[in-house]
Amino acid sequence: MAKILLEMKNITKTFPGVKALDNVNLKVEEGEIHALVGENGAGKSTLMNVLSGIYPYGTYEGDIIYNGETCKFNTIKDSEGKGIVIIHQELALVPEMSIGENMYLGNERGSKSRIDWDTTYVEADKYLKMVGLSESSKVLVKEIGTGKQQLVEIAKALAKNAKLLILDEPTSSLNEEDSKALLDLMLGFKKQGMTMIIITHKLNEVSYVADKITVVRDGSTIETIDNAGHNIDEDRIIKGMVGREITNRFPKRENVKIGEINMEVSGWTVHHPLYPERVVVDNVSMNVRKGEVVGIYGLMGAGRTELAMSIFGQSYGILTAGSLKINGQEVKLKKTPTDAIKHKIAYVTEDRKGNGLVLSQSIKVNTSLANLDSLASKTVIDKDKEYLVAEDYREKLKIKTPSVEQLVGNLSGGNQQKVLLAKWMFTEPDILILDEPTRGIDVGAKYEIYCIINDLAAAGKSVIMISSELPEVLAMSDRIYIMNAAKIVGEMKASEATQENIMAAILKSGRGD
Amino acid sequence: MKKSASQILKDNTMLIVLVVVYLAFTLATRGSMFSPFNFNELVTQNAYVFILASGMLMCMLTGGNIDLSCGSLVCFLGAIGAYFMAIRGVAPGISIILMLIIGVIYGCILGYLVAYVNIPPWIATLAGYLAFRGLGTDILSSNSNTGSISVKSVEGFLKIFAGRLFPTKLNVLNIPCITVGIIAAVLVVLLNVTSRATKLKKGYEADSAGMMLGKSVLEAAVILLVAYKLALAGGIPTVLVWVAIVVLFYSFITEKTTIGRHFYVVGGNREAARLSGVNTKRIMFIAYLNMAIVTVITTWVVLARVQAANSTAGTNYEMDAISACVVGGVSAYGGAGRIVGMVIGATLIGVINLGMNLLSWDANWQKVIKGVVLLGAVAFDILSKRNAK
Repeated sequence: MAKILLEMKNITKTFPGVKALDNVNLKVEEGEIHALVGENGAGKSTLMNVLSGIYPYGTYEGDIIYNGETCKFNTIKDSEGKGIVIIHQELALVPEMSIGENMYLGNERGSKSRIDWDTTYVEADKYLKMVGLSESSKVLVKEIGTGKQQLVEIAKALAKNAKLLILDEPTSSLNEEDSKALLDLMLGFKKQGMTMIIITHKLNEVSYVADKITVVRDGSTIETIDNAGHNIDEDRIIKGMVGREITNRFPKRENVKIGEINMEVSGWTVHHPLYPERVVVDNVSMNVRKGEVVGIYGLMGAGRTELAMSIFGQSYGILTAGSLKINGQEVKLKKTPTDAIKHKIAYVTEDRKGNGLVLSQSIKVNTSLANLDSLASKTVIDKDKEYLVAEDYREKLKIKTPSVEQLVGNLSGGNQQKVLLAKWMFTEPDILILDEPTRGIDVGAKYEIYCIINDLAAAGKSVIMISSELPEVLAMSDRIYIMNAAKIVGEMKASEATQENIMAAILKSGRGD
Repeated sequence: MKKSASQILKDNTMLIVLVVVYLAFTLATRGSMFSPFNFNELVTQNAYVFILASGMLMCMLTGGNIDLSCGSLVCFLGAIGAYFMAIRGVAPGISIILMLIIGVIYGCILGYLVAYVNIPPWIATLAGYLAFRGLGTDILSSNSNTGSISVKSVEGFLKIFAGRLFPTKLNVLNIPCITVGIIAAVLVVLLNVTSRATKLKKGYEADSAGMMLGKSVLEAAVILLVAYKLALAGGIPTVLVWVAIVVLFYSFITEKTTIGRHFYVVGGNREAARLSGVNTKRIMFIAYLNMAIVTVITTWVVLARVQAANSTAGTNYEMDAISACVVGGVSAYGGAGRIVGMVIGATLIGVINLGMNLLSWDANWQKVIKGVVLLGAVAFDILSKRNAK
């Protein structure tokens, strides 16, 4: 048996009022890739924060034994000194600085008072090569894509002489191709003897890279599953995560009644708002019927969000051609979301924290926001009515919170997504465009969101669901459009669609450009 | 949900600080702070802060934006007003309207630049900060040898903004003032009772009866105390009426209306607000137009109190307004803050100023102490909230 590099023994961490970790045990062998899985709020991030010294020694109970010695880390610097480096889910790069500057941020080369830029850039280039990036380290971070930025983060970690690399959801903002490249890079590091811990929601990735899988649930480690054969069944992991057998990850649609065409766009062409010569949506024609769930599948950057937002009152880009018909009538929306809302269109953003919710306000305020006028007479808000509306949606959508006065920023990702849905459902739309409605939320909450989508369709609404998760698109949609490089490159009935022919449609269309 | 005693304390830290500071000064001045005359001073001296800070609060709500030009604008508009009234002999009513028109024009330009041209507010208003001081001083020096235009002779104007309602002599109980106080106190208590009753009837969360009673008694007591002291000081100062109108108006706007809600969400997350159908640019425009109008009202009040326009009028007013907001818990990042908080903050600053003057502390050290107290008050507030989590 290989040497145990890291052992976390009986770790208990309490926050005022909550036990975030309860007697957690984790053993990581040298040279393995160890996956940490669990629902949101299960305690994975807390555990890693304990390990890295973000929660200093003394604020938790239990021992961390690393490389045979008991560690008492007080700051991140302490753990990094030992070679334990975390790459956080949210990229921590400064866009306006060069790759090299970013890599040595807080770890500058040179003497105490002077930075040696030559060494910085030479060394940075060396590490960039190791992660397979050909960019010069003098390029600004904002000029490279998210996939490459993630690689820069890894290079940055390597530059700190990492022996144990912890990756927190490294692929959550990457498209499938970049994700695959990153996972292969991890396998390459493993061959060179690096030890890694990966936290991820994507179970196919777990099965692909991990040698062992530790499941965390409600602050405790439930089990460690061996995955030496890299062929573990995803349902087996899910069972551990949610504590029960999930027989069906996607709820069945009942009494599907698809009506006539509700919304139709044709020849829809949109240009980039800042670089008008760039076409982001190219001659797209599509429609959605009443009671239908239409999936739009495409990789990130295919133009899906741009299409959705341009339909939603031209809230993105410059529309240069195309027509929009609602209920058979051609409409010209003014360049404002207000007009789209009036025409019963709702756009549920993929970026709930960035442009979906007001985190500093209550559930109540967020729920009523897009249709506040309906609760007011002569601009005076009927606060009692507002409260009732919020309560109503809290019940309907099973938002877990003690009160609708709770700030949205305090909710978990899944509950935030439900509040976002509540906000748009309250505008009583006929057409809902859901952009990545289940991104970054756990299995249980996903299931509930799917149920809501089905209910909406059953109520005769038209739902457009944009997603980059193929199983989700396949299971939830009645019809699927495939988008690649700003164009619709395929349309198929869900009954005829398979992973293979969807990927084939994308490959056949070429990678664009 | 019942609130624990410690929670109530934490929600009201600034109010407690205010009471403690007030009592400390009262002791230190051997009760002089508590005299009718000084009650009156507290109101009339700080009236401009309450009014100006109401507008500043609206700007800050939209995302921590501020207006640096309002102090200089007070100087400029004051010079214009005094020039019309005292030198050209224009009727006060018309002069007031002229000042308002100029303010509105400036507000529209500023609002347009901030909202639609996207100039960062502090830069856009920095221009006015410099320019209006220059323009105001120029008007004053070219129309007077002393660099100051007196409006002492314009009695109508002074009566409206710096007079008293039904004045009586000092230390004679002013009946109208006491009557208004009693009516206000009764109204506040009634409002508390009915709002709790409707909440209970509809089955919502409401404060416990004791809590409501305690709050009502305290609020009524404060109103009656102020009314009593002002009654002995000669009656209701008209400026208090102006302050009350402004404060109640903005308190209504921020707490009850859709447009007020829009100010909060624009400050909380502008992009989310835009995609929810809020006209975010219009909100920014209104914030700065509104600020200019509030500045005009401030100018009326200040010109009447000083009875003259001079080149130092309005100096640091923008800072006073910002401090009142920040001490009163208005977020420096936008999206949070209440008029009630601002009123407490402004009163606290006023109490400190008045107290130090009464103790005749050195003017230079007064500034030092003010700075330290402001920082301390805000730090205390933030720390006590952090511990609450």
